[in-house]
Amino acid sequence: MALLEIDDVTRRFGDFTAVDHVTLGIEAGEFFTLLGPSGCGKTTLLRMIAGFDLPDGGRIVLDGRDLADQPPEARPLRTVFQSYALFPHMTVQGNVAFPLKMAKTPAAEAARKIDEALADVRLAGFNHRFPHELSGGQRQRVAIARALVTHPTVLLLDEPLAALDAKLREQMQIELINLQKEIGITFVYVTHDQTEALALSHRIAVMNHGRVEQLDEPDRLYGLPRTRFVADFIGTCNLLVGPVRASHGGDVAIDVADLGTVTVASTASPAPGSEGAIAVRPEKVHLGAPGATLPGDNRYAGVVESFLYQGDVTLYNVRAERGHLVEALLANSGAGLAKFFEVGDRVEMAFTASAGHYLEG
Amino acid sequence: MTTLRHGFGKWITSGPPLVFLVAFFAVPTLIMVLASFRTPGEFGGLAPLRNEDGSLDLTLESYVRFATEPLYWQIFVKSFWYALVTTLACLVLAYPVASLIAQSDRRWRSLLLLLVILPFWSNFLIRIYAWMIILGPNAALARAVNGVLGAFGAEPVPLLFSAFAVLVCLVYVHLPFMVLPLYANLEKHDRTLLDAAQDLGANAWQRFWRITFPLSLPGVYAGAALVFIPAFGIFAIPDILGGPNDSLIGNVIKQQFLDSRDWPFGSVLSIVLTLLALALAGLAAWIGKRGVARLASGHA
Repeated sequence: MALLEIDDVTRRFGDFTAVDHVTLGIEAGEFFTLLGPSGCGKTTLLRMIAGFDLPDGGRIVLDGRDLADQPPEARPLRTVFQSYALFPHMTVQGNVAFPLKMAKTPAAEAARKIDEALADVRLAGFNHRFPHELSGGQRQRVAIARALVTHPTVLLLDEPLAALDAKLREQMQIELINLQKEIGITFVYVTHDQTEALALSHRIAVMNHGRVEQLDEPDRLYGLPRTRFVADFIGTCNLLVGPVRASHGGDVAIDVADLGTVTVASTASPAPGSEGAIAVRPEKVHLGAPGATLPGDNRYAGVVESFLYQGDVTLYNVRAERGHLVEALLANSGAGLAKFFEVGDRVEMAFTASAGHYLEG
Repeated sequence: MTTLRHGFGKWITSGPPLVFLVAFFAVPTLIMVLASFRTPGEFGGLAPLRNEDGSLDLTLESYVRFATEPLYWQIFVKSFWYALVTTLACLVLAYPVASLIAQSDRRWRSLLLLLVILPFWSNFLIRIYAWMIILGPNAALARAVNGVLGAFGAEPVPLLFSAFAVLVCLVYVHLPFMVLPLYANLEKHDRTLLDAAQDLGANAWQRFWRITFPLSLPGVYAGAALVFIPAFGIFAIPDILGGPNDSLIGNVIKQQFLDSRDWPFGSVLSIVLTLLALALAGLAAWIGKRGVARLASGHA
């Protein structure tokens, strides 16, 4: 049995169903992420776990105990808020001491725990600073120290890095991973940023319209998305749609009107004639001059329509002969100034049967 | 050139109010200070500034009188208590009101604020006289109170012309001056802080006492100053609603100027009142700052 069980939880606001019969289990010591676009219900679900909101149906069970009748202050969970919510009239020490004071921790023990928590987030010696004297990253760490100082069972993080700039965000991501590993507390993390989710999480629940679309490990989520929404939301992908031509022997082939027949390896067996969809990640599409040897049986001719040079990689938009616009991502890993094709170049693109992925929903 | 024009613009905007304050505040204050050192005239007012021999007629007599007659000091102390009780009562009554308005739906806030300042639309004295009727011996309130007292075999008490009447009216008149600054402060509070406090284990009382209240202290100080200082020197309310023992320092000062016509002594009392009010405001600010610092360090 999981540490935190979300059991058939539903929350409605008037006609709008924010969280729609969600069931999932979060294991002890896990870095678990709720990922989805704004309005998908991830924050509502987090607020219900914290106790700020109550489900209209279903149960939230922590360590075998139903949390329904426990107000937020009684739950052994702590939240790190997006705005940090540091108490402006208290110093760093005052902020971190707050939950200890509420728990009536003896002074000597409290002092030790405060120093430990501040050391954990690399803020030792900042005890007497006020929040307004700290940088964004430091405030973030105080918020985490304050939430961790009482050693909660679960730490809830609501888009905690959203307010930081890109570089600091990356640095904080690494720190969060290390911190979580070090203290072993279960993290439930809410974000709309898929790269952040992929980088941080052990498991990710992708949410859309109040439902969990897919619950999986980051690499499986990226490599084997189950639905069009997940394929599209996690990273970029070429979504190829058309009637199923055949499915047998571990292969599924669909006819894409403006590209051609696409065959991918899949255990799914959709009925011929039904509409099917295949996702192909841009980095799995190979490009070559006409006649070049390329891996894979899915081969199409086209013309480079535009490209985006991004330094380490270049993203090409290739117009297939029948009209479909295919995205292909090429690494510029060769020596010297790398540039493969120019706009207007005739190219051939190809990908293997295992590069594409048949979507079930 | 720009600097000159900039300076000129500054004087255009801040000049008139400055002139106004100098003319109607600084000059009268100086006149009052000067008057406190002069001799009362034979028929009231002030005696001529120069004696017949041309020397200045300045004396510390009025200050000596204030220092040697304990009666006046006692009235100051009594006025202090009235003002303090008024301030505390206003704070206790205004806090929930301000907090309710600050938390109410944005659409209703202007209406609720309008209701708070509605009393200002009628004359101050008329509102005091209204309390004469409310507290009068034949009014429903006095009958009800005395009916209950009578049932327990107690003597009937007059509500009007009593310390009770003075305090009730002091609180009534000053309440909006406490509600408004408190509202202005509470309205700006970030609700997430309360969520965070609750998440960290604070119950409703702890959330109020540790978060909301300390963050509202600037509003509390502003309100307390706006209530305490005028209440300390008020004379109209005790004049109309008070009994013979409810004379406050404002009444005594008024008597010195209008009845006894001892302007120098009235000036001395006014100066002491002003200095006391300033000293108390300073003390409150100092205590407040220490209190905030104590809360801030986490050792409250």
